[in-house]
Amino acid sequence: MKASVRFAAATIVAVPIVAATLVMTPGCSPSEAAATPMGGITPRQFADGVHAVMMADRTVYAKHVVTNLKKQDAPVTADEYWDDTDNAIPLPAQMFRMGAELVDENPEAGFTYSLRSQWPLNEQHTAKTEFEQDALKFISDHPGENFYGEEELGDKKYFVAVYPDRAVAEACWSCHNDHPNRGEDYPEFAKDDVMGGVLVRVPIP
Amino acid sequence: MADVETLTAFLTPTRVRWAAFIVVNALIAGFFAASLTARPSPIKAALLPGETTHGHYQIELACSACHDASSAASASADDVMNDACVRCHGEQLRDADDTHPARKFNDPVHADLLATLDAQSCLSCHAEHVPERTTAMGLTMPVDYCWHCHQDVGDSRPSHVGMTHDTCATAGCHNYHDNRALYEKFLDNHYGQPDLLAEFTRLELTSVAPPAAPPAAAHPAGLDIAPEILSDWSADAHAAAGVNCGGCHGGDDVDQPWTDSVSLETCGGCHQRQSGSFVQGRHGMRLSPDLGVELSPMTPAMARLPMHADAAHRELTCNACHSGHRFDTAFAAADACLQCHADDHSLAWRDTAHAGSDVGVTCATCHMPRTESDDGTVWVNHNQNTTLRPNETMARQVCLDCHGLEFSLSSLADVDAARSCYAAAPDHRIESVQMAHNWFEARRAKRDARKRSRRRAKTTTAL
Repeated sequence: MKASVRFAAATIVAVPIVAATLVMTPGCSPSEAAATPMGGITPRQFADGVHAVMMADRTVYAKHVVTNLKKQDAPVTADEYWDDTDNAIPLPAQMFRMGAELVDENPEAGFTYSLRSQWPLNEQHTAKTEFEQDALKFISDHPGENFYGEEELGDKKYFVAVYPDRAVAEACWSCHNDHPNRGEDYPEFAKDDVMGGVLVRVPIP
Repeated sequence: MADVETLTAFLTPTRVRWAAFIVVNALIAGFFAASLTARPSPIKAALLPGETTHGHYQIELACSACHDASSAASASADDVMNDACVRCHGEQLRDADDTHPARKFNDPVHADLLATLDAQSCLSCHAEHVPERTTAMGLTMPVDYCWHCHQDVGDSRPSHVGMTHDTCATAGCHNYHDNRALYEKFLDNHYGQPDLLAEFTRLELTSVAPPAAPPAAAHPAGLDIAPEILSDWSADAHAAAGVNCGGCHGGDDVDQPWTDSVSLETCGGCHQRQSGSFVQGRHGMRLSPDLGVELSPMTPAMARLPMHADAAHRELTCNACHSGHRFDTAFAAADACLQCHADDHSLAWRDTAHAGSDVGVTCATCHMPRTESDDGTVWVNHNQNTTLRPNETMARQVCLDCHGLEFSLSSLADVDAARSCYAAAPDHRIESVQMAHNWFEARRAKRDARKRSRRRAKTTTAL
């Protein structure tokens, strides 16, 4: 089970990286891509592209894997402690985060991404900077809009895109609404509500 | 006579002093030049800037083991030495599901944390040659390092409010790298276990299927082989597996002439995992091919732990523990260790319940645990460092086969118990298992209350 889960996670992660590479380098070799990091597209177009792929994969995982298993009362369930639990697979947010960690490991990836929320069930997903706090508030106050900006971290500049992370499958909001980590001010989420943000950071000169 | 007078006139006191100065400096420069280029030997000790740690002193004269830049990302000292750390310890950290891997800090949002403590460099916490600030775990960082990034832990874990920074990394609580037996869900899953489990787990070693008929010994004609050697061999697993004299000693052809001694490489030809793990541990690290230089085998004379004087010059090769031609694994599992080791922990073993138990818990049971690979085969891990430090790594891999988690972690945290080879139960119990259980119980209660509340709200709406 674990090996197959890891394979699935690796596949899910590999797709956005490959797609991102294609988006960045239309018709050029990897070495050419390194020489011209943006390949003629803007950081915003790049971020929009990789976000589209990563969200498509996670939506498929949440809707057609996790929710489907739940509907079928399958012996395999999505569990926060999947790694040490028999017949368990990662939660969609964990699958997403593991992918982000694999991208972090890849020196060729050239960007990072992460999950953030104003109401994080996992404290690791708390907004880490003032920029992130402002971005989360914006996408929550302006449904349907993304947040774009530039941020300086550790003497380096980044283009940052923050996209609303919506409740796409019943498994998302039902699990979040009943989660023991939720605080008293936690919203009762329903379909398509903005539960947090997906943040893509691209280094810029 | 005139020459002597000329020489005497030439050798003025000033000239003699200059000559002596030049010769002495040339000798000093020559000595260090020779030590720089010499093979690993005591002459290189002059280059050591300070005493090395307990984990590296065995290879301290193989400078290139840590200072070779050939495979590093750059020639910077940091990159070169981190590369050396990862070459030897990377696999073990991956197996331990390292809680603080370098990749975790690649997200630029952690720039502030890295400015406080560069968690992407092994050297931040594990410097070498600085004995004056090196603790037992090879740590060279002040022990309050957890606090600098986790000082707000009480916000999410109220049970931790008021705890002091020196309580984080003690057995039973947290470890910077390896928390496989310490993370909260694992603690909760093992809550309430008795000290001694009703059923013990013991992995059965995977053995090679013997051939239909044992082979002939087939030693070279004219070689006088003692009958007891042939007798031992014929009763051993090697004979059962079809390995005759030539299988280890050669002699089949001119490329492999007969040799009385058998090398690590020869044993490793069939026992890859055992020999591979042996050279990663303290016994065999001097023989690791990854060092890039050839060292003699480790001997008890080199050791820093107390050893029996009469064992001082035994060489630690495969044959040191697997001697003769019987290769008695029961002997190798304890008696072989006690031929050399003379510290309190080792000497106390024979009088413990472990030694006298039916299952026969030996030195090897704990320090060279049987390991199940992904392919399902079970083998003996010969890298005793796997479960040595921090000692709580032993809990999940060994102790839990027979004992409950709370008992195991409490024992491992008890320094006196460790010294007596765990002859008695621990003095006091660690609290982490109970704390984790309480936390999960509170979570379960909250979740149930919320579900009940939601059901009530639905019923009210329906009415």
